[in-house]
Amino acid sequence: MLQMVPTESFVTLSAMLFAIGMLGIFVNRRNIIMILMAIELILLAVNINFVAFSEYHHNLNGQVFAVFVLTVAAAEAAIGLAILVIYFRNRGNIAVDDASVMKG
Amino acid sequence: MMHIPVGQLLFAAFAALVVLSALAVVFSRNPVHSVLFLILTFVNAAGLFLLANAEFLAMILIIVYVGAVAVLFLFVVMMLDVDFAAMRTHFRQNLPISLLLSGILLVQLLLLAQAWHVDGGVRVMQGAEMVKLIEAAKVPNATALGAQLYTKYMLVFQASGLVLLVAMLGAITLTLRQRGGVRRQKISVQNARDPRKAIDVRTDVVSGKGIG
Repeated sequence: MLQMVPTESFVTLSAMLFAIGMLGIFVNRRNIIMILMAIELILLAVNINFVAFSEYHHNLNGQVFAVFVLTVAAAEAAIGLAILVIYFRNRGNIAVDDASVMKG
Repeated sequence: MMHIPVGQLLFAAFAALVVLSALAVVFSRNPVHSVLFLILTFVNAAGLFLLANAEFLAMILIIVYVGAVAVLFLFVVMMLDVDFAAMRTHFRQNLPISLLLSGILLVQLLLLAQAWHVDGGVRVMQGAEMVKLIEAAKVPNATALGAQLYTKYMLVFQASGLVLLVAMLGAITLTLRQRGGVRRQKISVQNARDPRKAIDVRTDVVSGKGIG
């Protein structure tokens, strides 16, 4: 049986992952695919926090909530990529800056 | 005999790989490499979940994220013919301020994490009966999670199914395209045909001449 990893380690790792995800959004802010991937990283950081505190409190509610976060993340990725595909079909590029007008 | 902290060592390995591959996701030039590093991040996060005794979520992470979401990303990245090099023109320009902002965020989050004090072994009373059940009967993680999901969280569980259904329908209706000039099978028209309109029986055809 493995001994417990301290919860602080998980929280620190999750903070680092969250910051990396934010960095990804800031750095690649023209490229919508990279933004979607960075959002996945951020949601993963949230999930790590949920699971770590679920283990710390010996309470399964955190893991249940992590399941729902996963569901929403999958739905978000599907819708985001669908929007990306039709955006590319209309414009021929995926630059976010050009999306400031609603006119197709 | 010296006691080797296997859990801590595994955690350090997984955590280092998660952070490094997440950085590689953000900084790699080729988006295909980014997606592959994203998959590496998810696999290592699944290892972390195993260390936190969340076996079911670890497997779900591999099945849902690596098997579905990351492959979807890979599919879209490879399908779109985008000049990704042209999109990185502002990369160097954005880098200093981005590093500054996310550095500030990281410092804030780490200060918050350090300020939070773990007073070992405090257990929240909610769900304590479930803990006793798990510890007494050695219920597997998946069983315990299912016992929560299908009783206490039944309504939310159904609602999350609805969210997935709406996402599926939305993705299909968004990307469905009617191409011009394609002859499609119209089953209703085919079914509506009847012999009187479809077959022309003529008796006035002269032998040897045809119907010109």
